[in-house]
Amino acid sequence: MSVGLEHYLVLSAVLFSIGLYGVLAKRNAVVILMCIEIMLNAVNIALVAFSRYVVPMFLTGQIFAIFVIVVAAAETAVGIAIIIAIYRSRESVDVDKFDLMKW
Amino acid sequence: MFDIVFWILAAVTVGAALAVVILRDVFRAALSLVLLFLTIAVIYITLYADFLAVVQILIYVGAISILIIVAIMLTREVWHGSPSGKLRIPALVVSLLLLGTLVFTVMSTKWETSSEPPQQPTTAAIGLSLFGEGGFILPVEITAVLLLAAVLGAIVLIREK
Repeated sequence: MSVGLEHYLVLSAVLFSIGLYGVLAKRNAVVILMCIEIMLNAVNIALVAFSRYVVPMFLTGQIFAIFVIVVAAAETAVGIAIIIAIYRSRESVDVDKFDLMKW
Repeated sequence: MFDIVFWILAAVTVGAALAVVILRDVFRAALSLVLLFLTIAVIYITLYADFLAVVQILIYVGAISILIIVAIMLTREVWHGSPSGKLRIPALVVSLLLLGTLVFTVMSTKWETSSEPPQQPTTAAIGLSLFGEGGFILPVEITAVLLLAAVLGAIVLIREK
């Protein structure tokens, strides 16, 4: 069986699940941000694979992936700014200690 | 030949992603994240997305990884490591369930793939559909506003009082 759409989709699903596990299980906020990047990249692989195998004449999947990359860059910048701001006031990036908004 | 390249890439990508999650040293996790970004760029090349591969290397390998490494340096968390929280087992169960659901859905769906050859140099075509008539010009403008808002927000958040 030669490599086709299903292989790329399964690879994307595996990467997304690994990223989801990291987001749920890790306590370091920077590592959680890294795992969110893994999930966004997994989604991009699925989009580009659909673009290649389902509509090869149009590049809509790749254009959508470009927008995802731009939004991911903005999200990383703001996320790291928030983490550093919290680190200044709490001296920690442990999400278990971020209970500022907890009743 | 193409199949072998795909399997090697898939193995390296999944291994790098697992290393990001498993490694306790945050800095080494960031370095394997860089490896993950690079292999994903090569995966784009196997999907005939040459422009996207270059964009991936420029933005992810070039900018975002530097940003993450700077954040690690600024927060001095290298010495503390990245321990897992109390929710480790539930998180593992949830992500395995999601993985099973996704793989089952992908495998049981009949995908209508097209046998047309892909467009080969994609840069001109992507530029035309982003900026040309009837293209994605409005989302591009909105993206510019979003980037401006993100830059301003990051500066305001991180400024010394």
